[in-house]
Amino acid sequence: MDMAFIIETIVKIVVILLVFSALAGLGTYFERKVLAFMQRRLGPMHVGPFGLLQVAADGVKLFTKEDIIPQNVVKPIFKIAPVITAATAFMAAAAIPFWPEFSVFGYKVHPIVADVNIGILYVLGVMAIGLYGPLLGGMASANKFSLISAARSAAVFISYEVISGLSLLAPLMMVGSLSLIDINNYQAGGIGNWIVWSQPVAFILFWIAAFAETGRTPFHLIANDHEIIDGFGTEYSGMRWGLFFIGEYANMFFISFVIAIIFLGGFGDGSIAGAFQLLLKVSFFFFFFLWTRAAWPDVRPDQLMWLCWKVLMPLAVVNVVITGLVMMF
Amino acid sequence: MHHNEPLNDRNVSEQSPYFYVDIEAYPTTNWDKFKQVVKRTFNGELFVGLWVVMREMIKFDIHTVQYPKEKLPIGPRYRAVHKLLRLWESGYERCIGCGLCEKICISDCIRMETKIDENSRKEVTEYSINLGRCIFCGYCAEVCPELAIVHGQRYENGSEQRAHFVIKDDMLTPLDWLTSGQQEEFPGFGAITPNESVTKTPLAY
Repeated sequence: MDMAFIIETIVKIVVILLVFSALAGLGTYFERKVLAFMQRRLGPMHVGPFGLLQVAADGVKLFTKEDIIPQNVVKPIFKIAPVITAATAFMAAAAIPFWPEFSVFGYKVHPIVADVNIGILYVLGVMAIGLYGPLLGGMASANKFSLISAARSAAVFISYEVISGLSLLAPLMMVGSLSLIDINNYQAGGIGNWIVWSQPVAFILFWIAAFAETGRTPFHLIANDHEIIDGFGTEYSGMRWGLFFIGEYANMFFISFVIAIIFLGGFGDGSIAGAFQLLLKVSFFFFFFLWTRAAWPDVRPDQLMWLCWKVLMPLAVVNVVITGLVMMF
Repeated sequence: MHHNEPLNDRNVSEQSPYFYVDIEAYPTTNWDKFKQVVKRTFNGELFVGLWVVMREMIKFDIHTVQYPKEKLPIGPRYRAVHKLLRLWESGYERCIGCGLCEKICISDCIRMETKIDENSRKEVTEYSINLGRCIFCGYCAEVCPELAIVHGQRYENGSEQRAHFVIKDDMLTPLDWLTSGQQEEFPGFGAITPNESVTKTPLAY
């Protein structure tokens, strides 16, 4: 392991951290704007041009707010829980290729921190560890609403890990590799080669599971404001709450990248056009997260479990079996 | 089962835009429940919702009033901070110092001091309203025999103190406003119309 490799990796990690922390902040801005426009409001307007500096104002507020540790909480766990959410969200980004290879001053850059050959397994696994943020934070908070939220998050995350795993199994059987770059190159031939055409059911199932695992609106019951206040975030203040927030938004971006790479061809053949197409696809999936939040109601926890175990999981299993049969004969 | 609202008939008929929503009976058997789920899954209701919000976003028909920059018009009978008016023909204060407003004020927030001036006319030297206590009921404007005290349209009366007062100079129409015709008449019961038909009162001789 030579020095250049270590330096290059550290630079990549810093760039990804900075870019996606900033994007998480901008994501909140876009969310507020898009939701406002869809509800015939204006959204943030007063801080900076078109409210763009609202992100900075929110950041200043979060950083300078008092960090309150309530009296009866389990202090070490309470303190570490938001870090788990944010850290696992960013750790999952290590195996995601954000961009095709490009060269700067003759130096070839691979915009992926670690091109491990089990990429998607690593991404899903680390995202699954993200469960411990809401779970531990909610259980340590000494607050009944946080406790309900913790129980719900455990149920939802574990259930929908099944869906995302089983639905990904069929495309992975076709590709024959777990590396996201291999999956991308499998679809490099153009729009006709996208896996979404051969695995539409897996695409829909994984998309639904992505909503559950990021806790976005149709499945937002982990922190549903009208029943359990802010769920696991109720007792948090200042930057600890902000870490939960950054983790959630970073997760939305990363899962959008994963969906776009696995099912919609990723960056294609690696040209500049393909790279920008990847960004467009990711933007669409991120926008869709906001879009559904404006349009759809939340489902109840029991409906969510029912949907997972009685509808989506059988569908995913049937999809895997049919894919296997087709590949055999 | 529809019940008739005696005072609020919304006129539900086939011609009107209002109609009763058709609510199906809840499914009881498992097979009915299953059919309902399948029907709701595949009839595209979710996409109707997506389309509706997207349509509103594209139309960009924003209903926000950006309050400090834009203000909605308020009705002429709105009861905001009081005004003391002047006579159109002479420019003299309409208030004759009768003290009825001070008497009728149910929150006891009006205070006036009067004296007999050199023309043997009652003159109001001090007139103040404690806006922290005023409940803007409008009794003072209603009882005033001269239409001298009326409610204006100025509703932004935030203050750093609970008891903050408007004094006579704040409420009385400035003379140059009167000559430039900026004094607005109270358009309610008993209001006069400011035009040439207003004749001089005997006081002006």
